[in-house]
Amino acid sequence: MARQYETVIGLEVHVELATKTKIFCGCSTAFGGAPNTHTCPVCTGMPGSLPVLNKQVVEYAMAVGLATGCQINQYCKFDRKNYFYPDNPQNYQISQLYLPICHDGGIEIETASGRKVIGIHEIHMEEDAGKLIHDEWDDCTLVDYNRSGVPLIEIVSEPDMRSAEEVIAYLDKLRLIVQYLGASDCKLQEGSMRADVNLSVREVGAKEFGTRTEMKNLNSFKAIARAIDGERARQIELLEEGKPVIQETRRWDDNKEYSYPMRSKEDAHDYRYFPDPDLVPVVISDEWLQAVRDRQPELRTEKLARYKKEFDIPEYDAEILTGSKRLADVFEETTALCGKPKKVSNWLMGETLRLLKEEGMEPEELTFAPEHLAKLIELTDAGTINQTVAKEVFEKIFYEDVEPERYVEEHGLKMVSDDGVLRTVVEGVIAANPQSVSDYRGGKEKALGFLVGQTMKQMKGRANPGAVNQLLRELLG
Amino acid sequence: MANRISDETIEYVGILAKLELSEEEREQAKQDIGRMLDYVDKLNELDTSGVEPLSHVFPVHNVFREDVVTNGDDRARMLQNAPKVKDGSWQVPKTVE
Repeated sequence: MARQYETVIGLEVHVELATKTKIFCGCSTAFGGAPNTHTCPVCTGMPGSLPVLNKQVVEYAMAVGLATGCQINQYCKFDRKNYFYPDNPQNYQISQLYLPICHDGGIEIETASGRKVIGIHEIHMEEDAGKLIHDEWDDCTLVDYNRSGVPLIEIVSEPDMRSAEEVIAYLDKLRLIVQYLGASDCKLQEGSMRADVNLSVREVGAKEFGTRTEMKNLNSFKAIARAIDGERARQIELLEEGKPVIQETRRWDDNKEYSYPMRSKEDAHDYRYFPDPDLVPVVISDEWLQAVRDRQPELRTEKLARYKKEFDIPEYDAEILTGSKRLADVFEETTALCGKPKKVSNWLMGETLRLLKEEGMEPEELTFAPEHLAKLIELTDAGTINQTVAKEVFEKIFYEDVEPERYVEEHGLKMVSDDGVLRTVVEGVIAANPQSVSDYRGGKEKALGFLVGQTMKQMKGRANPGAVNQLLRELLG
Repeated sequence: MANRISDETIEYVGILAKLELSEEEREQAKQDIGRMLDYVDKLNELDTSGVEPLSHVFPVHNVFREDVVTNGDDRARMLQNAPKVKDGSWQVPKTVE
């Protein structure tokens, strides 16, 4: 009988914090600046420069720790992790090894196999490295230190996950927590959230863990799921052939769906950590901890419960809306303006999600003003525009954030409410379509639909279909 | 002084520090490190049970900056320290796989 294997997975998740400045200097963290325009002696590792800790980094790290049930080390400090690589100008990364800011937490996930708590071993603060770009022309490497010194927290899980499904559920939950806290936008594609997967396999029932590998370069949830399945299969194949799994770092190639051993800085696993003498310890008083605790915003679970109580919207809608901080914010702000949660939810669940999907965008990228959606709902409810026109105007709001009232006015999209005008058009349609008229009078309900359509066409969509229907029935009586 | 730094150790330390040592320098380094370890042994003679480990030699903590951008574009000055410059970047030997 074939042996049964179990996959054991732990994650190291790096999250770039949403601070305005770097962790140890006053350089901007803005994404996408020209190379090296956000650099100074500190983040380029010049001798004699002195790093000074950004207080906001400590607060974000504490907030994430509290939201993930961690203990906070009220006495923590920084250590140097030594390695030579050009992305790291100091030849050491400032990180936390001995006394990380948070430890021993966990978050609950839910998958098809039920609820489960994934333990969090620790969360520590550290600095990001620079970016290396290969120059084909001169066959050399160019270094951009704009990202050097951008604050990160590394969230290290316990090896508690057993499947790709659990890993995705954990990452999803973690991402939502961090986004709700405003601590990071957590975009996998842009690298503001990065996950390294530590994976081993063992025979079901075995007590000892197998030898693990670490996989890097995973920049989407789908890539993570594929990498897990691919690495699991690779390790099982080795074991079945009686070969050992080698403990190493591997780079996932999502196009080839295969991982390759990395040969680079990861070779030297001897980091010779020691306390960083440039940085003094961080002491978190009970008062400071309490202040951060008091400022914690409403998280997803609480928000979901409140939506169910407060708003008359389907549970499914509440789950989707709270599944993105941005979507939830737009929902609440728009509802506060127009007082119509159900209608707001319909616009977000329907047209908004449709357009996001069409554009391949995340809800986090929504830019329109809640005022404009509220106004659109008002215009529709007042009968100023009909549903078809509303959808057209919404697209303009979605893409260009237009002011709907002015847009409707300028483009002559107002519904024609003048009964006289509508009557004239309907009479014309009746006169021009004798066949349909006699079909309808002969009992064919369908013929009426055709006549409504013809009328709407002549009115260029600016009529209320209900009113057209009624008027037709009256005139054909 | 005991000759406790092996050739393998000095080789390994050299690799980690990215240093190429001549035969002479190697012997010298072995002796220097040996003397440092002797000194650590001396320190270890002291009974420190009941003494809290020290994380920093200064009695100072919580030195912070506020999260406010104070630096502008200082690229030109930063790049003066680069051995080679190309396209506004430090140019180094090929490292990307």
